[in-house]
Order: sequence, then C-alpha cells, then structure tokens
Amino acid sequence: MEGSDFIRIDKVTKQFGAATAVDGVSLHIAKGEFFSLLGPSGCGKTTLLRMIGGFAFPDEGRIVLDGADVTDLPPNRRPTNMVFQSYAIFPHLNVRDNIAYGLRVERMSAGERNARVDEALAMIRLSGYGERKAQQLSGGERQRVALARALVKRPKVLLLDEPLGALDKRLRETMQIELRQIQRDVGITFIFVTHDQEEALSMSDRVAVMEKGRVLQVADPKTLYERPVSRAVADFIGTMNFFEGRLVDLSNGKATVETAALGRVEASMPSGGTFAPGARVLIAIRPEKLVLSHEQPEAPFVPGKIVAASYLGDRSQIQVSISGADTPVAVVTQTSTAFRDGEFVYISWRSGGPLLIAE
Amino acid sequence: MLLSPTTALLLFALAAPIALLVLYSFWTQSGFNVDTQPTLVQYATVFTREGYRTLFLRSVAISSVVTLVTVALAYPIAYFVAFRVQRAKFTWLLLLTIPFWTSYLLRVFAWKVILGFNGVINSGLISLGLISRPLEFLLYNPTAVVVTMAHTYAAFAILPIYVSLEKIDRSLLEAAADLGDGPFRRFMRVTLPLSLPGIIGAAVLIFVPTTGDYVTPSLVGGSDGVMIANLIQVQFGRVNNWPLGAALAISSMAAVGIIAVSVTQAARLAVARIR
Repeated sequence: MEGSDFIRIDKVTKQFGAATAVDGVSLHIAKGEFFSLLGPSGCGKTTLLRMIGGFAFPDEGRIVLDGADVTDLPPNRRPTNMVFQSYAIFPHLNVRDNIAYGLRVERMSAGERNARVDEALAMIRLSGYGERKAQQLSGGERQRVALARALVKRPKVLLLDEPLGALDKRLRETMQIELRQIQRDVGITFIFVTHDQEEALSMSDRVAVMEKGRVLQVADPKTLYERPVSRAVADFIGTMNFFEGRLVDLSNGKATVETAALGRVEASMPSGGTFAPGARVLIAIRPEKLVLSHEQPEAPFVPGKIVAASYLGDRSQIQVSISGADTPVAVVTQTSTAFRDGEFVYISWRSGGPLLIAE
Repeated sequence: MLLSPTTALLLFALAAPIALLVLYSFWTQSGFNVDTQPTLVQYATVFTREGYRTLFLRSVAISSVVTLVTVALAYPIAYFVAFRVQRAKFTWLLLLTIPFWTSYLLRVFAWKVILGFNGVINSGLISLGLISRPLEFLLYNPTAVVVTMAHTYAAFAILPIYVSLEKIDRSLLEAAADLGDGPFRRFMRVTLPLSLPGIIGAAVLIFVPTTGDYVTPSLVGGSDGVMIANLIQVQFGRVNNWPLGAALAISSMAAVGIIAVSVTQAARLAVARIR
C-alpha cells in the first residue's frame, strides 16, 4: 500500500516455550491509520501489540517506527503509548496526577503541564473530575482517563489492548464512536486489539485478521466482509454459509462451480489466489445475500424446509435444511414476510452473493 | 451483656492486665505492701529522673536503628521473591521463615555464640591468622543488640512487605514504563508508594516489640546495651517496686504509641507528595 511505511513490522516471531505466539508476521501501517488486530483469544494479537509497545521482545524480525528501529528498546524509550486492558490507573494518584504522570518525565513547565492536562480532561469530557481518585471512577471513566493519560504524551502510535472489553454493551457502543472521533481529531495512528469483529469492522480503516500467530488477511472492513480470502476469515467475520464444490469454468472474472447442494453456481473471484478448473473449492454466501420465498422463484433456486426461525425485531434469522448440505443454511430476511418452523420454502441468491474460496 | 469468646479472651488476657497496670502506676510501694492511695508520684519519678530518660531515649534509638536496618534489608528480599521468583514462591517464603521455627531465646543465644569472645567469628578469624587476640567489640554493646534484633525480627518485616508488593498490579508497572519512567523512577513513583502499607506494617511490628524487648539486651547488650524493658523487669523483680515498674511500662507504652503513630502519619504524608 502506498505510504504505509510509518510502522513496519517485518517477519516478527515470538515463542513462549514450545508455543509460537506470533509466527513470522509482517505488517505495514500508515500514518494516521486506525488499524485493528482481530482474532480469537490466543491468536497472538496481544503479544504482537506488546512487542510494538516494548513489553515483549521478538525472537526474530524487526519493528520499525517512523524510520527508527525500535525492536529492542524498552517502553520508556519508544514513541508509543498504551491503553491497557485493565486501564492500569494508578490507585494512589488522583485523575489529574494520573494524566500528568507521563508529562512529569518530560522537561516542561508546570504551567504548560497543567494546560495539557486541562485540555486532555476536556477532550474526555471529565473536566472537574481532576481531584477524584481512581476508586471513585466508573469503568467508562477509567477507560477515558487511561486514554487521556496516553494521548497527552502525544505519541506517534497509540496502542489499545481490548480497551472496551470490560464495558457493558451500550457503553461500549458509545465509546466506539467516541474513540473513533478522538482518533480523527488527534490524527494519531491507533493500533487496536480486539476479539470483537463488529468492533473492528465499525471502527477501523484496516483490519488484520489473525489466527494461531499468523495474519490471515489484511484489508479494509468492506473487503474483509465481502471478499474474505479464506474459510477461516469468512467464518470469523459475521455468519457465512459454505458449500463444497468443484470448479468447472473460469472466464471474465467469474467462476462457475458445480455444487451438490446448490447445483451450478456462478461466483465472484477473490482478489488473491490462483485457481485451476477441476479444483475442489468452496462457495460462500452471506445469509443476507440469500432470498427466501414461499412461491417458486426464477432459477437458480433450491427447495428446503425451515428447521428454526428466530425473530430479531428488525430482521429474522432462519435456518433452512436443504438436501446435499450437512448443516442447515442460515438466511436473514426482513420481517415483512412471516416464515414459520416446518414450512417448505425456496432459497435463491442475489447475483454477486456467492464467493469463490479455496478449500 | 453477651460476649463473644474472642472478646472475652481479649478482655481477660489483655485489657484486664493493662487496667491492673494502670491502677498500680497510681499506687506506691511501702515495704512489702502496696499503698493504694492514688498519687502521681511514680510518674513524677519517671519523668524527672535523668537515668530513666537516658535509658528510654536509648531504647527508642536502638529500636529505631533496628527498624530501619531490618526494613532496609527485608525490602530487597521481599522484592526479589515478589517480582523475580517465578515458580515456587511459597517454598521461598517457607525457607525465609526457617530460622523462626526455633525459639526466640535460642536465636538470641545463637548470636551470642557467633559474636562471643570465643565465638564463631573470633575463633574463625584467629584460625585464619587474621587476628591474634579475640575482638572484644563484637558482643555486649548496642551494636550487638541491633544485629541480633535485626535478624530475629526479619520475618516480621519480610512478610508484610512481600504481601504489599505481591498485591501490586503488574500492569501499573508497565504503565509507568510506558509513560516514560526508567526502572528507578518507576520504583520511586509507583512501587514504593504502593508498598508503603507493607513498610509501615513491618516498621510497627518491629519498632513496638523491640523497644520493649528485654531478652536481647540482657543477653548480648552488656551495660551499654541496657534498655527500658530491663529497668521495668528489675522493678517487678529484684527491686520489688511494682508501682514504679507499672508507671515506667505505661509511660513507655504511651510514648511508643505516640512515636509509631506520628512517624507513620509523617511517612504517609511524605509519600502522598510523590506524584
């Protein structure tokens, strides 16, 4: 990617005993980008973040920040600051002194320091909370203090280790918007670790999906959702239906796949990867790209039987069993038409819905 | 009034003897009998006789030094076990308390054996040919009292400090480093303030009993190492002047309490200024 050399992570590997936490990861992150590391727990995302912050050191590979190799520097000598998962608010200091903590290390007049702290308190909308102790703060307030304490240092990169994980759902959604707004305002590069795919998709410019210490795909949220490169990525991001099949034809950027469950399907090609006719492949279709109807639609379609229907208010999630597929197919419909358990229905798919994925 | 067994025991074993002591301190001794006419004459003696004041100040000085030395030596040990030992912390703590499995008296005697005229140090140095006559300054002086007490009370310092260090959230230390502190600044700004309760606990646990200790000074202190407790013990024993002994005990108890509280408070205020 053009101009994305602000942070260069180059073939970084980290072992803990016999286990490889991070396995040859290379990433390039641009200045001012909101970049997320997404993956299940134990995928190595936090270890990678800690290596960028200087709390762990790679066994192999380099980490370069803004042209300077920081691979072996301790945290206090890096232009990075961290928002910890536990927030790590100093319990013996009040809010003001927590935020001023990092500024006291720098050469700075008391006046300038106070001005910077006031500015930070205003940014997190906690002006007037300066004299409070950490124990008197709610979870959301602690999270904001931790953010202000890190941002007030004006780091080149801000590292966030699942900072919203401890908050309840409503507060988390508010904080997502607030965090994104703050990031745009300050223009600092954010590296955000999360296991919550919705969070990653809604906030990030780009997301790296990780599994077992490796990066599976790096892309913007739309591409990740619509053009996942592998089954693991497609599985992790949202819900996806998979159908096994055999590639029969490749032409004009379209693939024709013969499947047991859906018959002959025309699918979009992924951006990467090479395919040869005759290869075993997967067809992946999102639940909202499928259409249910009681009357027989235009071909192509397949008949099925509803095994479960859950009403979710603005939409319904429906499981349909079809012949040739081991697991029921998930379909999301608008609630204008009612579908009930046990009904026989037809499934068709919107053009552009089916994706070709290597098995 | 209903009393829980614990409260009853405390009343019987602690409050009653102290009340009795307070009562005695207002009486006077006449021959073998006690005159129960209330009077402040014992306290007047305690506060005016210069020898008593000297003895009391010396006791406070010795146990202050013991407290400082013990906490200063215990802190690195507790720090090591809390932060550096990864596995088998319990074993380490157990090993550190092994000396405390023997009686206090035996430990003091052990130091007498180590520091004595024909003791371990002297005979060792002589057999190495480093000295020709035994060193006499090792035993029977305040330094011997300090050395012996610092060792015998070590566990009382290590354990509370260890507990307070162990409780410190490790992410606070990472946050301090992340915000720009090197190891020393981080220690001064985070570790030290957060372990202050342990340090205060350790200091009180050492200062209070050592000021009133009479076994160590009488065994290894010599005439220069005599402390206030020795004087009190003599009043209840050979001299047989319980009212004066009681007044001495109550006065030193009050003084130790005042010193402990004010030093603790001063330490808290000083540390609260660390930003």
